[in-house]
Amino acid sequence: MSFRFTQMAIDTEGARRELQDLGSGGYVSFEGWVRDQNEGQEVTRLEYEAFQELAVKEGGRIVAEALRRFPVKHALCIHRVGSLNLGEMAVWVGVSSAHRGEAFDACRFIIDEVKHRLPIWKKEHYRSGDSGWVNCERCAAEPQHSHEHRHHAATSP
Amino acid sequence: MSIPPIYGLILAGGASKRMQRDKAALEYQGKTQLARAFELASRHVNKVFVSLRADQTSDPTRAQWPMIVDSSEGEGPVVGIRSALAAHAEVAWLVLACDLPFLSDAAIEELLRRRDPGALATAYKSAHDGLPEPLCAIWEPAAAQVLADYQAAGGHCPRKFLIRHGAHLLDLPDPRALDNVNTPQEYSQAVAALETLAPMQVKIQYYALMREQAGRSEETLETSAATPADLYTELTARYGFTLSREQLKVAVNSEFSDWSRRLAANDAVVFIPPVAGG
Repeated sequence: MSFRFTQMAIDTEGARRELQDLGSGGYVSFEGWVRDQNEGQEVTRLEYEAFQELAVKEGGRIVAEALRRFPVKHALCIHRVGSLNLGEMAVWVGVSSAHRGEAFDACRFIIDEVKHRLPIWKKEHYRSGDSGWVNCERCAAEPQHSHEHRHHAATSP
Repeated sequence: MSIPPIYGLILAGGASKRMQRDKAALEYQGKTQLARAFELASRHVNKVFVSLRADQTSDPTRAQWPMIVDSSEGEGPVVGIRSALAAHAEVAWLVLACDLPFLSDAAIEELLRRRDPGALATAYKSAHDGLPEPLCAIWEPAAAQVLADYQAAGGHCPRKFLIRHGAHLLDLPDPRALDNVNTPQEYSQAVAALETLAPMQVKIQYYALMREQAGRSEETLETSAATPADLYTELTARYGFTLSREQLKVAVNSEFSDWSRRLAANDAVVFIPPVAGG
């Protein structure tokens, strides 16, 4: 399965092994981590929620697109759901390939598409005691905002 | 100058010549066309009136609603629209023919949202010929004098009026929304088509902000919403969702869907608020 969810810490060693291939000269991975601040607010933890049935299908389509667009060997993406503390890994993407250039490109493509196509939401909990759904609360009064916006990301870009 | 408020006007003064019986009284799903149109408009504007001729004021199909009686000589929709514009000079009118059985909440919502108060009218383009549809349109107060002049010069067709004087024109979200019913044959076809839109059960799952605002993660409900767009309008009225439809995507049976798709019994619908994975 080229895209999946997990409730538990992402096993990056196991995931990396799934990509190993004697024809590959290397592998590139991306990890998204829970950061301690977003838009000037101190974040204490995050909750991730997903419409998994659709997200798994669409995530599989993203990885398949990456394999079509870039000449890489294997690709995999794993996303956490549930409550995450600061520093925990929210998402992992790995790509193995004969040459490094396309592995970087495919990895970048997958994380960018995952961020704006998959039905996954995160709720930030702040030091102030407040909380909010990222991309939903502050934009509620501004109908011109759309899914194409990629700001407010709390994990590293 | 502030933007004029909008009242609703349901045109029910027609002669129904081709139908050979009163169109306003035709029933769909146990309700007269007039009642359906009146209730539809009432979901979107605060005051709604029925436009009729002086000799129809005691007619039982019409008498139960607030009325605007034709005030000038002549016949036809131009007279009804002029009478409403004269009765409330500071008000714009959401004018609806009563014989549009497929007209949806989504189409009215879109018309209101995209209104141009600086035009004489905001109207949809016909799905058949691209010309303005004057009888599902917003008529602004400024149209009153121009319409009076038009009628004085012998004009009687509201469509020709909008072609000549210009209206803010919109594309129809659903090409069938303004199909009207003029003959007994069209009526029986429309009754059959609407049977498939009879109330049915759909399952809705809520996520994230919408789950919190609905106070539940799923429900099965009986609805006569024809499309996901209509369903969202209905549920927003119930739960006060703060996100507008433009901010959302929608999925039906676990695949992304158009807002104008026809819902079927037991469909599973998910409204997708702005996403934030990664």
